[in-house]
Amino acid sequence: MARMKFICDAERCIECNGCVTACKNEHEVPWGVNRRRVVTLNDGVPGERSISVACMHCSDAPCMAVCPVNCFYRTEEGVVLHDKDTCIGCGYCSYACPFGAPQFPSAGTFGVRGKMDKCTFCAGGPEANGSQAEFEKYGRNRLAEGKLPACAEMCSTKALLAGDGDVVADILRNRVVKRGRGADVWGWGTAYGSKQAGQPGGAKS
Amino acid sequence: MMRPLIAAAAVLALSACGEKPQSMGPVKQDTMAFQGTGMPYVAQGWKAGDKTSWEQQLKTRTQSGQNDYARMN
Repeated sequence: MARMKFICDAERCIECNGCVTACKNEHEVPWGVNRRRVVTLNDGVPGERSISVACMHCSDAPCMAVCPVNCFYRTEEGVVLHDKDTCIGCGYCSYACPFGAPQFPSAGTFGVRGKMDKCTFCAGGPEANGSQAEFEKYGRNRLAEGKLPACAEMCSTKALLAGDGDVVADILRNRVVKRGRGADVWGWGTAYGSKQAGQPGGAKS
Repeated sequence: MMRPLIAAAAVLALSACGEKPQSMGPVKQDTMAFQGTGMPYVAQGWKAGDKTSWEQQLKTRTQSGQNDYARMN
């Protein structure tokens, strides 16, 4: 198996926010925290595009590099997760992330930042799979249930694809060939490295 | 007589100045997803603990759920 990846097909996204709602509902994400959101590029200009953005589970994740308490880890499937028991809520990951994925609940008094929260690719966290502790800290572990991320499975136009990188890339490639346009995969160069992004290509991401 | 007493008091007073080790423990590791949850409401068609069947389940689910060209045509 390759590694897990997200693709947002901007040709298909209709900015319905179904992915955002699915994520919020699935994981009971608190008010003010958005693990996923829809961003509109060139709003109001002919040719505007919308894309659904969350943690891209980068190959060389900057959040992992800057975390002072080393709370991040990567699963065998390439999903970047973190340990909330270790996180100190410093916010360094938030500055480092090119996608604005890390979120901080206003859980404490006087506006103190809580522990960082982000998309888990519906893979839970470092607690027993499917346990109550895992759900309360990280949300549901759909991967361990043999399912895929709720955002992609709920996407009405199938603009958002999630799963094995090779499989979702094949699905998009087939679409591009059929429609003859829209080959741009937003965020892949930044997240997984490419020659275009000025990073060494060739290595299997 | 007073000297050992002062020395003992100084040792006691300075004991709070010592630095405790702050080494970090290992990063907590997760249970593999293919191990399953052991709960109901999981997708059918694969066996918990069998990595190959789990991977195949995800690939099948991606194709059947997200590849509309494969579903419709």
